[in-house]
Amino acid sequence: MSAATPNKILRRSFVAELLAHRGNALIVPGLGSPNWDIFAAGDSPEFLYSWGGMGLAVPTALGVALAQPKRRVLAITGDGEVMMGVGSLAVVGDQAPANLAILVLDNETFAETGRQRGLTAGRTDLAQVAKGFGIAKTMTVTEQGRAGELAEFLFKAPGPVLAVAKIAITEDPWALPEKDGAAIAHRFRVALGLEKA
Amino acid sequence: MPSSPPSWSDDVFREIKARDIATICTIPDGGLTALLDLAEADRALRVVTLTSEQEGVGIVTGCWIGGGRAMIAMQSSGVGNCINALGLPTAYRAPCLMLVTMRGQWGEFNPWQVPMGQAVRPALEAIGVKCFPVDRAAEVGETFAAAADIAFNSRVSAAVLVSQRVIGAKGFGQQ
Repeated sequence: MSAATPNKILRRSFVAELLAHRGNALIVPGLGSPNWDIFAAGDSPEFLYSWGGMGLAVPTALGVALAQPKRRVLAITGDGEVMMGVGSLAVVGDQAPANLAILVLDNETFAETGRQRGLTAGRTDLAQVAKGFGIAKTMTVTEQGRAGELAEFLFKAPGPVLAVAKIAITEDPWALPEKDGAAIAHRFRVALGLEKA
Repeated sequence: MPSSPPSWSDDVFREIKARDIATICTIPDGGLTALLDLAEADRALRVVTLTSEQEGVGIVTGCWIGGGRAMIAMQSSGVGNCINALGLPTAYRAPCLMLVTMRGQWGEFNPWQVPMGQAVRPALEAIGVKCFPVDRAAEVGETFAAAADIAFNSRVSAAVLVSQRVIGAKGFGQQ
């Protein structure tokens, strides 16, 4: 690994501060740590937790956004996860859903599997990739203090938008949400008024 | 290019509309041309062009969880791109409905299509997808309807496999 500028943003407190501004936005986390981050910030039936399907966070969020055009939808995922399905950013750019936002928590590593180097540690710039795919509004954040500004962008700016937050590699306490997908989807659909509790 | 639109496409389109399926995710195939033309011409239907078929699995799953109905239309080679992704709708107990036009079977000219074409059904069944093969044009519409009803009523993934016998083998000017 290169000794490039270490990222400073602390993911847990940063995500908690963002979510404090979410209003009634629906949250679609990519597998792994984004689930632990949002659960640690405070559980909600409006969180569509996922424990698998690497590369599918953005497509899943796009599906929710198309079905719920009046609700803001935010995908929160990692750099490795979004890179595995990076073509889906072209699909988002093409469909241009005004209610969809994407946040990449970019620690430039496959942190969950042992901190192996990720491609965004090198020359890949996901904000530039998104622009090239037609997601015109992007934001890259390297400072913890910009969480409020980023929340405004993610929850208020006309979509689709994509932000990259350069986060530090940290040891955070485990915070594991429900893992039964049927229960997660049911609870989410109850919150949307689609099913009875 | 197909010389004339086959009537099974009209039958499938009618069943799509009857079930309020409002989104069709696709990587196109020659055999899907007539159906996709019908979909593009319908302002109530959204056609989502993908970069890889696995994205369609995420979109269809998210769409259903959000209260909508969507499906994937793809060539058999695209099924191979979906296998890991198909664990997602199963985990959420959400339906993923697929219409697959087959290559690599009846009268195939291109040997590169054969390995995946022959693997489609066992691969889909291994990941838990109910398969509905159909090899007569007149039965494609009703087969699609049956697969869609099982998918949405039972919240399982289902794939209609439209035989190359229905679509006609691509000849590359050699036949």
